[in-house]
Amino acid sequence: MSTVERYNNTAIALHWLIALLIFIAFPLGLYMSDLKLSPTKLQLFSYHKWIGITVLILAVVRVIWRATHKAPALPDSISRLQQLGSHVVHGLLYVLLFAVPLSGWLMSSAKGFQTVLFGVLPLPDLVGKDKALGHLLEAVHQSLNYILLLLVVLHIAALIKHRFIDKDDILTRMLPKGKNA
Amino acid sequence: MNYLRHTLLLGLLLLCGHVSALEFKQVLTNESSVTFFYKQIGVPLDGKFNKFAAQITFDPAKIANAQARLDMDVASIDTGSADGDEAVVGKLWFNAKAYPAASFVSTGLKALGGNRYEASGKLSIKGRTLDVVAPVTFQATGTRGIFEGGFTIKRLDYAIGEGEWTDLGTVANEIQIKFHIVVNAAPVKK
Repeated sequence: MSTVERYNNTAIALHWLIALLIFIAFPLGLYMSDLKLSPTKLQLFSYHKWIGITVLILAVVRVIWRATHKAPALPDSISRLQQLGSHVVHGLLYVLLFAVPLSGWLMSSAKGFQTVLFGVLPLPDLVGKDKALGHLLEAVHQSLNYILLLLVVLHIAALIKHRFIDKDDILTRMLPKGKNA
Repeated sequence: MNYLRHTLLLGLLLLCGHVSALEFKQVLTNESSVTFFYKQIGVPLDGKFNKFAAQITFDPAKIANAQARLDMDVASIDTGSADGDEAVVGKLWFNAKAYPAASFVSTGLKALGGNRYEASGKLSIKGRTLDVVAPVTFQATGTRGIFEGGFTIKRLDYAIGEGEWTDLGTVANEIQIKFHIVVNAAPVKK
């Protein structure tokens, strides 16, 4: 079987860094929301917001990279339908890399809490304080996160299918050069 | 003769207008506000006291007699978030049950020139009383006057935020308090 063309190191680093941050921010978001008000809760909210904005910044970098580089083509062994499915899921994941942090940022502003990145860089409030809007954006942020979760599950399920059912090497294109390369 | 009488009367009236100053006493609470500003992990936040009472006696011509008293209903505090409002009346913050009011009682007023003054007074919160000094401006339009001023306190001086909340890394020590008090005047009664 021919070896699969890999993504370059920048793309791989961005993919895994963003993945890591999402895997921290998502459970953190679930956990912190139900906490009783405490300094810890305030700190966790800050960390969650800082991670989210970092993801947003990395997403911008990633889209710039993607716009200026050609992604490795999928091998012909993968059916047209599956290729389409892959593009749809990847496209939606890209959209959510923006939509999830943006909805969080907006929600925070609507609830009257400005986002100050790393406690030093104040981000503008794109919407004013508005209780009803805050509740709405909270629901939007939550829903988008569950859609993200679903897509990540699909993403990983596809990976498992390719690895263990199709037995192709498609996942190695997003792995750093190692024993699989 | 009539003409002379009128001129005299007019002159007297004008004279009175200059001599007998206005005393600003009637506080319009609905148009006034007591707000505060603080930082939480670098995030600027603000809140206000929804209920407070103010008594002011102020005659710009006799500032030595000026008096002010503000009583803030601690339970009426609006921190900007429901979470915060609930916590802040609790024992660790204002302990509103034991100390329902925070008060400012003036001890003196100094003219700084123009419409600027410096008010000194005693600020009592949560059973602790400390001296505070606040720059104040007074702007009058006819019989309506507006006091505007503020000062900064350190919340730990008043034990606002005890236990885990003494951590200043989350809620900063400095709390800026601003007041905007609208008063109506009546001519001083002789």
